[in-house]
Amino acid sequence: MSAPLARFSVPSRFIHWLMAVMILAMLCIGVGMAASVSERYKFLVAIHKPLGIAILVLVVIRFVNRRINPPPPLPDSLPDLQRIAAKASHILLYLLMLIMPLVGWGMLSAASYPIVVYGPLHLPPILPHNLALYALLRQLHTCLAYALFALIVVHFGAALFHGLIRRDGVLQSMASWRRAQLPGVTPR
Amino acid sequence: VLIRFGAIGAAMLLAAVAFAYVGGWLSPQRLTQDRMATALQDANGIHPGFRLNHAKGLCATGWFDSNGQASALSKAAVFALGRVPLIARFSLAGGMPFQADRPGTVRGLALRLIPAGAEEWRTGTLNIPVFVVNSAQGFYDQTLASTPDPATGKPDPAKMNAFLAAHPEAVKALAIVKDRPVSTGFANSTFNALNAFRFVSAAGASVPVRWSFVPTQGFVAENPAEPASHDKNYLFDDLVAQVAEHPLQWRLIITIGRPGDPTNDATLPWPSDREQVDAGTVTIDNVTSEVTGQCAEVNYDPLVLPSGIESSDDPILSARSAVYARSFTLRAGQQREKLPSAIAEKDIHAGGGR
Repeated sequence: MSAPLARFSVPSRFIHWLMAVMILAMLCIGVGMAASVSERYKFLVAIHKPLGIAILVLVVIRFVNRRINPPPPLPDSLPDLQRIAAKASHILLYLLMLIMPLVGWGMLSAASYPIVVYGPLHLPPILPHNLALYALLRQLHTCLAYALFALIVVHFGAALFHGLIRRDGVLQSMASWRRAQLPGVTPR
Repeated sequence: VLIRFGAIGAAMLLAAVAFAYVGGWLSPQRLTQDRMATALQDANGIHPGFRLNHAKGLCATGWFDSNGQASALSKAAVFALGRVPLIARFSLAGGMPFQADRPGTVRGLALRLIPAGAEEWRTGTLNIPVFVVNSAQGFYDQTLASTPDPATGKPDPAKMNAFLAAHPEAVKALAIVKDRPVSTGFANSTFNALNAFRFVSAAGASVPVRWSFVPTQGFVAENPAEPASHDKNYLFDDLVAQVAEHPLQWRLIITIGRPGDPTNDATLPWPSDREQVDAGTVTIDNVTSEVTGQCAEVNYDPLVLPSGIESSDDPILSARSAVYARSFTLRAGQQREKLPSAIAEKDIHAGGGR
């Protein structure tokens, strides 16, 4: 095994895991509500909209945090192809995290649904009321959700590949809860 | 290493299976939006661009004059003293956009009230006193039972009997619906929001309510034996002609439920002695075809509610919201294939053919 890698910063790990839970919940709520006609439907919709807005806010914070706390480098031993795959998949993950809530907000606007955050707190429409536009964005929302879920599964698999097969410290750089055993991290 | 690869694959597969389960792909017997939409299309035929139910309709505009009397019950801006513009849609139940108007067909009035700078309110109401089923499954079963048999072109009576046997609540409700007085047209019909909602006051007090639009146009009973002179669009033509003469008005009557009154079952009427509040008057002064009218692009989702009006525990509300959303999405993608609506702009200009 190569030398232990530096870990992601505490804010980076925190926001990663927080958003991981939120996005997975969001995707499950999304496919669940799109299939449901039960009483769950109205509760799922009531969660889905504000949760989507929260994710949009967090993804912006996450971009800023990434500039302040850049991720640790990938291990030198990583083959070029895997390095490219890692880069590309992360760019796609970030793009989808940003685009999904915007498409959601846009499609609600095009459908002329109120964009309820909580109670009387609403967001303004970002697109004109237009059925064809709504139909397009609604379909896009579904397709991108599947793409995001697939990408998350691949991301999860790749993380396990690093942790169980390569054992190169990449999984630990994000997933380890231990505090002071790695160089460069001071205990608090 | 092989075992570890296997573990990784298994973990990924598990995630995908969990996702598929939530999405309903692993439980084909679950009643989903897709199955409900398919059942409605099987029953009514496929009419691209039209609503899956209440497909035949006419747009209208007007306003709601709130008299302020409901503002003690609900903090919603629409109930403050004042005038709120609205976009309405008159319709007939059923997914056939070109069906002939018949006296007994259930009539609908949907409203979208848009107070300036405040939350809007959408409501769909029918000219029947109670809904016929009390669950999404009931509505689905009823739709299947009324689907024409391909062999005869008519619903199979055996299936309808099986539906009624399985849904005693529908038997009782159908009897009430059948007994209702049917008026000569839209203008003198009373439209009821069959589902219960809750009004929440500024102080936070919550009461169960149902509401109705009661016409100021006098009731005239429809001849039970349908006159042969009725044109296939007679209900809509009459409405167009009447609005051309003078605006039509309905009073918004709020019925306040008492503890114990059913809020989760739209087949059950509330006792007739319940307190009622007259909240104001809806005026319709203009009708337009769905081609040019604004109502065609509106999903009259019963759960688009302002603060001060809340959903109840009636499962039909959630089901309506879900299926309307699916219907809206389907028809939004089919606008290019959509045929002109039964009531065309020229019919409106012709004053309803009168």
